[in-house]
Amino acid sequence: MDGVTPILDACPVRRAAQTNRLAGGGGIDRSRPLDFRFDGRDYQGYAGDTLASALLANGVRLLGRSYKYGRPRGIVSAGPEEPGALVTLGSGAALEPNIRPTMVPLRQGLEAFAQLSPAGTGPDPLGWIADRFSRFLPPGFYYKTFSWPRRLWPLYERMLRKAASSAPVPEQRDANRYEHRYMHCDVLVVGGGPAGLAAALAAGRAGASVVLADENAELGGALIDEPDTPAGRAARAWVAAMVGELDSLPEVETLKRTSVVAFHDHNYLIAVEERGDSMVPPPAQRLLKIRAREVVLATGAVERPLVFPDNDRPGVMLAGAVRTYLNRYAVMPGQTMVVFTNNDTAYRTALEAAGAGARVTVVDIRPQPRGALVRRARAAGIGVLPGHAVTAVRGRRAVRGVEIRALADDGRGVGAAAMELPCSVVAMSGGWIPSVQLFSQSGGRLRFRPDVGAHVPGEPPTLNRSRPAGACNGSFTLSACVAEGLAAGQAAAGQAEAGVGSGAEIPHPPPPGTDDEEEPALFLPHVPGPLPGPLPGKSFVDLQSDVTVADIVLAEREGYGAVEHLKRYTALGMGADQGRTSALNGLAVLAGQRGVGIGALGHTTFRPNLKPVRFGAIAGPHLGPSFTPQRRTPMHPWHEANGAVFEDTGTWIRPFCFPNPGETAEQAVRREARAARTGVGLLDASTLGKIEVQGPDAEEFLDRMYVTTRRGLAVGRCRYGMMLNENGVVFDDGVTTRLAPDHFLLSTNSSGAARVLRWLEEWLQTEWPDLDVFCTCVTEQWANATLVGPLARDLLRQVTDIDLDPARFPFMSMRQGTVAGLPARVFRIAYSGDLSFEINVPARHGLALWESLVRAGETFGLTPYGTEAMHLLRAEKGFIVVGQDTDGTVTPVDLGQGVPAATARDFVGKRSLFRADMLRDDRKQLVGLLTADPSLVLPVGTHLTDTPRPVPPVPTLGFVTTGHFSPAVGRSIALALVAGGRGRLGETVTAYRRDGGPHPVTIVPPCFYDPDGERRHA
Amino acid sequence: MLVIRCPWCSERDQTEFSYHGEAHIARPATPMDRTDEQWGDYLFFRSNTRGPHRERWLHAAGCRRWFNLLRDTATGRILAVYRPDEPPPAATAG
Repeated sequence: MDGVTPILDACPVRRAAQTNRLAGGGGIDRSRPLDFRFDGRDYQGYAGDTLASALLANGVRLLGRSYKYGRPRGIVSAGPEEPGALVTLGSGAALEPNIRPTMVPLRQGLEAFAQLSPAGTGPDPLGWIADRFSRFLPPGFYYKTFSWPRRLWPLYERMLRKAASSAPVPEQRDANRYEHRYMHCDVLVVGGGPAGLAAALAAGRAGASVVLADENAELGGALIDEPDTPAGRAARAWVAAMVGELDSLPEVETLKRTSVVAFHDHNYLIAVEERGDSMVPPPAQRLLKIRAREVVLATGAVERPLVFPDNDRPGVMLAGAVRTYLNRYAVMPGQTMVVFTNNDTAYRTALEAAGAGARVTVVDIRPQPRGALVRRARAAGIGVLPGHAVTAVRGRRAVRGVEIRALADDGRGVGAAAMELPCSVVAMSGGWIPSVQLFSQSGGRLRFRPDVGAHVPGEPPTLNRSRPAGACNGSFTLSACVAEGLAAGQAAAGQAEAGVGSGAEIPHPPPPGTDDEEEPALFLPHVPGPLPGPLPGKSFVDLQSDVTVADIVLAEREGYGAVEHLKRYTALGMGADQGRTSALNGLAVLAGQRGVGIGALGHTTFRPNLKPVRFGAIAGPHLGPSFTPQRRTPMHPWHEANGAVFEDTGTWIRPFCFPNPGETAEQAVRREARAARTGVGLLDASTLGKIEVQGPDAEEFLDRMYVTTRRGLAVGRCRYGMMLNENGVVFDDGVTTRLAPDHFLLSTNSSGAARVLRWLEEWLQTEWPDLDVFCTCVTEQWANATLVGPLARDLLRQVTDIDLDPARFPFMSMRQGTVAGLPARVFRIAYSGDLSFEINVPARHGLALWESLVRAGETFGLTPYGTEAMHLLRAEKGFIVVGQDTDGTVTPVDLGQGVPAATARDFVGKRSLFRADMLRDDRKQLVGLLTADPSLVLPVGTHLTDTPRPVPPVPTLGFVTTGHFSPAVGRSIALALVAGGRGRLGETVTAYRRDGGPHPVTIVPPCFYDPDGERRHA
Repeated sequence: MLVIRCPWCSERDQTEFSYHGEAHIARPATPMDRTDEQWGDYLFFRSNTRGPHRERWLHAAGCRRWFNLLRDTATGRILAVYRPDEPPPAATAG
């Protein structure tokens, strides 16, 4: 963040005095001052502050600029619903963008930055222009304006993205550590306000295992915002007593700073727990995966903003938030305050701010407010303007005053006469919005309650078990919150079939004196203009997405009057705050425009996650080597010690090649392949999948699973075969060895053993449970060192007691004996096409076997080789790799295996080979390719066409599946799948390379070396 | 994410299981006698039920055994769990 200019005009002295901090009171610890930096300037706050409260204490109003219009924005709320100000924390590896300053506990040395439009800070010319000329920036503007010509859209998009204000993207790897935690409980209580505390204690006393999660650093919800009065102290004492008893219950776990962000099926909830505020070593966050038998949702309510012109100016705040800053943090956001409200609750803010020394005027939309709080405010000498509305906000970077007009005509307009009121803060309240997101996610239905002016939980979910209690249920009085919490907690504990305890007792009486009788609120969608025209200025509905009343009106006129359409057209509610404070106001404006009730509109879907969750938290510890299991063969230490270059093949780590000093990988591969053809090579083939199939019906079972029959296979003999899925597509291939009449060993692809085992089990368990067969994966029980090449027998003879005479140990057979003194199974199988012996020993002897062979091989020029030479050797022979030379469409017939006899035995997939489309002769078939330039190696995936100068769209003939330079053949070779390829042998077609244009290639049979297969019988 | 009661291991998280489609799809006894259309029905066509649905699951990261669920696809509610050798329960909506 170097080079960022401070956004403040005034230049405060270093460690500016906390000008807005009250002399006493609050929950902060004045004995522990904390230094922090915001946007390059030093400030001081106290332990117990949030970043937001500390900034307000220091008089910092302007925290950033909005993303579309570049308008100045400041702090609006005191909680997780913050729609106004997002900041960036830290820099470098610790950079965290889009952080709500209201949720960041202040700590020593904290560093934060404003998020600005890229035009810069100070006077933001682009933003200024966007703001002034915003009538040219209606919703959908970019799509409407920049949609033509279409090919220029990428350019426009780059321009527009640059112009849009956004957070910096971290450029370094996140240095934080994250953990995952799985939790199981009888009752999860979401929210630690009065309802949640009561629910948790009721359930806990009943003996249930309880998890109580609250987003804030301190439990108690709204109660801890109470002023330092006898009633406020009683409220805090009640909270302390509740928390104390919860802490004493061993089966109750309380999690602070933990946001439940998602409610999934079968009561599976995801939460993010903030652990450290900072860097390593402690995990920054834990992602909690909670399975709860019952869930009590005590998620509370957020205050609803009022919609009036220029209601986004820094200093326009929610009234409840002003109260929080006053009482919890001892911060007076401004000495002159206009409280703008449609209900009674904001009068508490007025009373307490006046009590703390502020000059307060209340502007109340209601024509005749007469509630207890209103009477108290008047008695305290606070000016109340009933039937009035704020119609303009003065000041740009900070509130300087407001314009007030009388409402007329039942709120459909305002009068012409205006009066000005100077102020530095507007504390607004439009009522309260129950936080019903999790209830909705749980499958519960919402209903609109006109007296609350918002949606509340309706029909409960059928699949999940969630019980709303308290303010999120539309019950706002303290006594109702506590009563509902108790009832929900007891019921949940009972439902959870936990032990029966003393749950019937009421834990503690609610504190007295905080339930003033209130009069109903009066809801206006927004402050109207003087009839007939609108007021100047923008009335914001959604501060994060810069959506105004005018935008919604226009969207409705253009046909986007359904709630989900409106959301997508205007981006309403699509900010990081998920529309917590804006969605309802948007609905209200839309409903007013359409002339229907809000309840008739429905609501948009409350999707998980409720707040942005870091990728780091989702990934948790599953990074780097912990991302996926890594498998190493028993010979791995030798490979490492001898300079192997490794590659990942599935989960296995295998040597790619063994370069000598000064040798390139390509040179090494050619040397290794040459040795295996002319001398003797050594391959670590331990990764080969191995499955033992045993039982009286083993032969019958394998006969149903393989294309080639296993019947008549003698003990000690091996047979190659392909396994198909029921669609006739090649699924795996390998060699079956008969170890005993009722005992077989299957080899599978290196990455395929688990898949093949599951496949065998599926048929055994679900289709043929009558077959008496057991399958066991033994891949990791055996190490495999394979000697390959003309000298393989001579070398092996030095170290084995097995008779290697080709007459008695022929190709495709297995013998048991000792090799290098180790018990071994030796197979004569030739994946290279040359004489070879696959030596299998128990895995614990693998390294010893390898080292013995290397020693014995010194006089034979034994050359260890890796996977690349292995692939080259098999490619020279045209041996396929399932999944590389085949895909989900390739049958054994396509690979040249011939059509099985229709009348012979059935096997899985056989019938599909006879479907009409499977018999077409223009199917893609496996062929070889020879390039016109013998040195040119075709990359895998290269497409083939019939014509060298095609005109798009070009039909493709097929594609290259394997390409190598073959030292044994002395030229480039390739395998390919080509439409009707076997009928086109000798023809020349065109290979289209990604970089390099067309190249002629000739179609040949897919075997380049020893086509008669004589060498392997040597 | 569902909680599934494996008949052999009891209740586990869905992540331990894998889904294997509709249950009780009988493999024709003599596939070569089937017409292409009949064979295609067996291979590709499934009922796509809204409501109670009999389906195969595998306790892949557990006992590695197959079993069946009767699950309401509209609500996600699991109505019954039964082993492959047990008769399917009656499909009543949940």
